[in-house]
Amino acid sequence: MNLLDPQGPVAAGNSTILVDSVFIMLVIVVPTIFTILGFAFWFRASNPRARYQPGFVYSGRVEMVVWSIPALTVILLGGVAWIGSHQLDPAAPVPGTGSPVRIQAVSLDWKWLFIYPDQRIATINTLTVPAGAELNFQLTSSSVMNTFFIPQLGSMIYTMNGMVTRLNLRADNEGKLQGLSAHFSGDGFPDMMFDVNVVSPLAFPEWVANTAKTDAVLNADSYKKLMQQGIEKGRPVYRLDDPRLFDLIATQHIPPGPGPELASEAGRAHSGGHDAR
Amino acid sequence: MLGKLDWSAIPFDQPIPLVAGAVVLVAILGVLAWVVVKGHLSYLWSEWITSVDHKRIGVMYILLASVMLLRGGSDAIMMRIQQAIAYQSQGYLPPEHYNQIFSAHGTIMIFFVAMPFVIGLMNLVVPLQLGVRDVAFPTLNSVGFWLTATGALLVNVSLVVGEFARTGWLAFPPLSGLVYSPGVGVDYYAWSLQISGVGTLVAGINLVTTVLKLRTKGMNYLRMPMFCWTTLASNLLIVAALPILTATLAMLLLDRYLGFHFFTNEAGGNVMMFMNLIWAWGHPEVYILVLPAFGIFSEVVSTFSGKALFGYRSMVLATMAICVVSFMVWLHHFFTMGAGPDVNAIFGIASMIIAIPTGVKIYNWLFTMYGGRIRFATPMLWSVGFMVTFIIGGLTGVLVAVPPADFMLHNSMFLVAHFHNVIIGGVLFGAFAGLEYWFPKAFGFRLDERWGKAAFWFTFLGFYVTFMPLYIAGMLGMTRRLQHYDVAAWRPWMIVAAFGMAVLTIGVICQIVQLVVSIRNREALRDRTGDPWDGRSLEWATSSPPPVFNFAFNPDVRGEDAYWDMKAHAKQQSLEHEPPEYQDIEMPRNSPTGFVCAFFATIMGFALIWHIWWMVILGGLGAFATFVVFAWRDHDEYVIPAEEVARIDRSNIQERRNLVSMAGAV
Repeated sequence: MNLLDPQGPVAAGNSTILVDSVFIMLVIVVPTIFTILGFAFWFRASNPRARYQPGFVYSGRVEMVVWSIPALTVILLGGVAWIGSHQLDPAAPVPGTGSPVRIQAVSLDWKWLFIYPDQRIATINTLTVPAGAELNFQLTSSSVMNTFFIPQLGSMIYTMNGMVTRLNLRADNEGKLQGLSAHFSGDGFPDMMFDVNVVSPLAFPEWVANTAKTDAVLNADSYKKLMQQGIEKGRPVYRLDDPRLFDLIATQHIPPGPGPELASEAGRAHSGGHDAR
Repeated sequence: MLGKLDWSAIPFDQPIPLVAGAVVLVAILGVLAWVVVKGHLSYLWSEWITSVDHKRIGVMYILLASVMLLRGGSDAIMMRIQQAIAYQSQGYLPPEHYNQIFSAHGTIMIFFVAMPFVIGLMNLVVPLQLGVRDVAFPTLNSVGFWLTATGALLVNVSLVVGEFARTGWLAFPPLSGLVYSPGVGVDYYAWSLQISGVGTLVAGINLVTTVLKLRTKGMNYLRMPMFCWTTLASNLLIVAALPILTATLAMLLLDRYLGFHFFTNEAGGNVMMFMNLIWAWGHPEVYILVLPAFGIFSEVVSTFSGKALFGYRSMVLATMAICVVSFMVWLHHFFTMGAGPDVNAIFGIASMIIAIPTGVKIYNWLFTMYGGRIRFATPMLWSVGFMVTFIIGGLTGVLVAVPPADFMLHNSMFLVAHFHNVIIGGVLFGAFAGLEYWFPKAFGFRLDERWGKAAFWFTFLGFYVTFMPLYIAGMLGMTRRLQHYDVAAWRPWMIVAAFGMAVLTIGVICQIVQLVVSIRNREALRDRTGDPWDGRSLEWATSSPPPVFNFAFNPDVRGEDAYWDMKAHAKQQSLEHEPPEYQDIEMPRNSPTGFVCAFFATIMGFALIWHIWWMVILGGLGAFATFVVFAWRDHDEYVIPAEEVARIDRSNIQERRNLVSMAGAV
């Protein structure tokens, strides 16, 4: 999950800006640290060779320099930030080969649901994508906030109930990656890690076809079961009954997750306050 | 009768909080018993609990902060151990317990360690530096302190009665809403902060008024010590920002108690509004904490370099620039929420702009050292340690202000490392520097230098060993608040960090030993001159500890570095000329208002948390009645007769004169 080992253009862009910014600042920071230590050492009271200049308390030239060094650094970095924010806007398109894959991600308590509306399938805690294709994510949450993040593909984004956020990514190399939620969402939060399988563009339709053979169907009823608090160790897959399911969730036609009230014992193991209502 | 409160609120099945709570309870009862048996109770009541003396209140703030630092530090130790062992396992803390610990750690460290520590130092020092006898509203000052203590008490009660929030220290809805957090944890969190928030707000109003309205003769704005300037800036931020927190938490509480829909998922609630509001307070908050620390470093670097602060006016400008700009950057806390590129870029650049005045400060301290004659006493070590550490924290801070970098680092362990880097390296180092520096002023004897230096080195190295690995873990994609994880690459760094935590703990133990050793050797460490460090500002012009009225005569200030000026130009005169006629001094009377009011506030807060409505009314009426009684008081001042003032001041001057003549003889 190394941020400096990007597997797609967005992560590559993010990490390039990250590294460049660090180096721009190091150019100023390293000499400053050494000067601090140098001055502190040289002007120690026990050094007879250091000249005591108690009157040196103002110098227009020095002031000029000390205001301009950080100001110039910030102007440079500000440019990086401005350009970077626009180029790497999460909603900006990331052109790829082949047709884009639409994925609708829903954070549940405490698992990820990935809906492929065009393929009419859905998965839990596993994201399978073709290498090289543009991935159009629409994201929402069934209950509390989470953040969708695949470190090696770059650019995390929040998921919020009743709202849809957008993110475009691309995975360039086949292989296995990991994703996670990067915003604390309750007791099961650490188990919101998910697998990302990047497969070849040819293998992807094959995987879709295999997945679609499953008997499990995702519809409003089975979704409501998924909404209950709990962690999912397995990797269930579903056929998608209604391709508008995501819209029903995002527009709250399916009400938000119930929280600990209807949950299993695991969700409400701890009491303290019991039922507040 | 008791609302939601019953025996199930006591976590009999959880040994850690129960034992910790029992130990604390026994310790408190033990201390109380000792106080009563030794007959110190009336001393404690009349000299401390009801005191409205800014110095005493300052010391009590710092004591509260120190005790809470141990509590918050214990949480930190437990978290670091958990993350070191919870690889492919559950560790030793179940999620509901671990989640309370990190929430309590953040809440305590910010609200009940960092805040009272800096407010305590400001209380202790600022009136002395301004050459005045007390703060603007002495009784209000006491109320502010005791309300802060109430908040701290309620947070600690949650350890054994009920639970604390399991939502993180900012309790974001909808997770903190009633649906997803039905327990009392969030209520403990919110009511503690509401009550202590009132305390902080009145402390802020008090200090702003003090700096603006109470300055001694000749102390105009551009002659104030830098610590007074940063106090002004910090407290202006308190006055402007704390009400936002209060309003935000009030809305959250309305959601939770009365079924409102400010921040719920349903019925038009808007969770993003909470994010905006809480950070509109939260970002200025970090400058509320760090600006006073900047002031402390300015005093320390200047004193121990034997030079006036370099570029004083530049520093004033930088301080006020930080004060203003810090209000315009809150959105950088959620770049990853999908705001457009223009919004992100503008807030990113605004955030970076704060780095300019901050950088200027670093360079001005640097040039204060240049041409100085630097004595490496413990406060100076903390200051140099701060400058090096804070630059690294600044670098990573500017880095996360670049939106595309933040898209990968938001909420990661890198961020955790960053804000600990600036809060420990900035605020805590500053608080420790200030404590070492002003301790002799408050108590009349210096702290032991050897243990102080040991504490510095262990804390300094411990900080790096603990938090540099967290930067690396963040670069490896690790997010914060994980109770367990399965990624092998993170493990070694968590183990190193736990080891670093042990080093940090040794640093804390050194501080405790330093205090004990110093108290035992206090005669040898006695500060007879009132000026142990060859200081430059007015707090060193009076005795250590200062008399209750601080100064027998209002000092007359003729330039920056008022006391240095006096020493340089009129040392012989001021010490040898017989001072003019002493006069009666009026000082504010002690008042139990703060303590009694906080007592009722505690009852009310506890009752609100547990829905015990009759008790809420009782507590509310009690607190209100306390104020009414105070408002109808007849005498609020007492007179120290001129002879008494003369006696105290003459003995002080005599002591100094002896020392000066002794020094002359040598």
